[in-house]
Amino acid sequence: MSQFLSLAEAVEATIYDGDTVAMEGFTHLIPHAAGHEVIRQRRKHLSLIRMTPDLIYDQLIGMGCADKLTFSWGGNPGVGSLHRMRDAVENGWPTPLAIEEHSHAAMANAYEAGAAGLPCAIFRGYIGVDLPKVNANIKRITCPFTGEMLAAIPAIRPDVAVIHAQKADRAGNVFMEGIVGVQKHAVLAAKRSLVTVEEIVDEFSPRTLNATILPAWTVTAIVEIPGGAHPSYAHGYYMRDNAYYKAWDAIARDRDGFLAWMKTNVLEKGPEIFAAQRQRLAAA
Amino acid sequence: MTSYTPNEMMTVAAARALKSSDVCFVGIGQPSAACNLARLTHAPDITLIYESGTIATKPNVLPLSIGDGELSETAMTTVSVPEMFRYWLQGGRITIGFLGGAQIDKYANLNTTVVGSYNKPKVRLPGGGGAPEIATSCGEIFIIMNQSPRGFVERLDFVTSLGHGEGGAYREKLGVTTKGPTRLVTDLCIFEPDPETKEMIVTSIHPGVTRAQIEANTGWRVRYANEVVETPIPRADELAALRELHARTKRAHGDQA
Repeated sequence: MSQFLSLAEAVEATIYDGDTVAMEGFTHLIPHAAGHEVIRQRRKHLSLIRMTPDLIYDQLIGMGCADKLTFSWGGNPGVGSLHRMRDAVENGWPTPLAIEEHSHAAMANAYEAGAAGLPCAIFRGYIGVDLPKVNANIKRITCPFTGEMLAAIPAIRPDVAVIHAQKADRAGNVFMEGIVGVQKHAVLAAKRSLVTVEEIVDEFSPRTLNATILPAWTVTAIVEIPGGAHPSYAHGYYMRDNAYYKAWDAIARDRDGFLAWMKTNVLEKGPEIFAAQRQRLAAA
Repeated sequence: MTSYTPNEMMTVAAARALKSSDVCFVGIGQPSAACNLARLTHAPDITLIYESGTIATKPNVLPLSIGDGELSETAMTTVSVPEMFRYWLQGGRITIGFLGGAQIDKYANLNTTVVGSYNKPKVRLPGGGGAPEIATSCGEIFIIMNQSPRGFVERLDFVTSLGHGEGGAYREKLGVTTKGPTRLVTDLCIFEPDPETKEMIVTSIHPGVTRAQIEANTGWRVRYANEVVETPIPRADELAALRELHARTKRAHGDQA
């Protein structure tokens, strides 16, 4: 049953050194505030999973939290490279980073297999391409009924999933809408989960009968953090901070500049800074 | 005569290839501009799908990321990412996949992974994202790319998504039943696959562009169709729609963009 905690308590309770951690959110609802707390608590040797590692993973990697990254598209959308991720992969700074690279279809299938309690994902993919040559976790399997050769990769079963959602109710159920990505699958695939939300409400209303809801008994910890997805967005609350994504390119390019920025904006701050961003970018 | 840029010519030529009856899986950037231009001009009923899960989306402005709120707000429905890749893409419900890339070879195989070796890359690119399965699951593939010797190469360092492989019946031999790349639109010309060899050959050249220019910007020996036509110049209504779309996009993202 989900528990309402402070962000610091929630990270202490759900994320340990050496864990496999999936922070998800497909452009929308990326759990930035939670990622910052993981950095403040100096988690080490994490094996990070995310379809589209962007700024929050660049920050975690640059601060030395991760030993491994599993991903399918690694970049700053519309801007360019993730400089901290590249420095870790290419130069081992601040610590070597192993990568396991997939396609979106593969990772989406692997999350779904994890949520379904299956050991592997089977799909039609990776045909005529080079990724299977550099990723030993991509195998072929023959359909026992038709003989068709299909791709198989291991299910994603993280120790902990971290997501941001629009609302929780007082019973600890979680509601999200808009581009919902793989967050529900990630939470159901994981042993533990940490969910930050824009607000805690008495009732999810109005809602449709088929709303995306994670029942309280599938969630470990809930934290209310207005603006907690900034600089990504929360549909109905605030817009994506495109200027921040652009500014990140220069900040992350240089090691010292990056460390100074992280000290001022993350290490010496707390989750309360996100509310001001929400207010600034609130939908007109 | 209205003047236009090579980029506008490319976007217009790419948009013209789409029909109202198409169900199109749209990549971000240049493919997105071309697909929305088609929707705003001759193909108002085209179904545009973005991999973030938005189906039949009609964005008023171009999205900056693959998952902008605008895409969900203007969509018929938004599904989860696993549903998008399993039911809609792998399920064979998409007629056209519209891709861009960093590097392409003469069989329209694409590289968006690395330049140089995989373990010690010269340039680490973002990776495949949706492209590896888009390339084989969509009915056919259109590609839009600016032409340059660095982008149009004899041999790819890494095959991120399959075009026509090594040519001929390569796709069929791998059990792939879809057509693969049928059209490559650049800022200079249009390539289409030779029916037999599947090498991408020039079938249409944009006005004012020379064969020497095309060859100087291509890393392989360019071949031409027996009959090469001139691409019709952008019409005033096409240019107006494209420029209004970009102006709206700029206004909307304004100080943000």
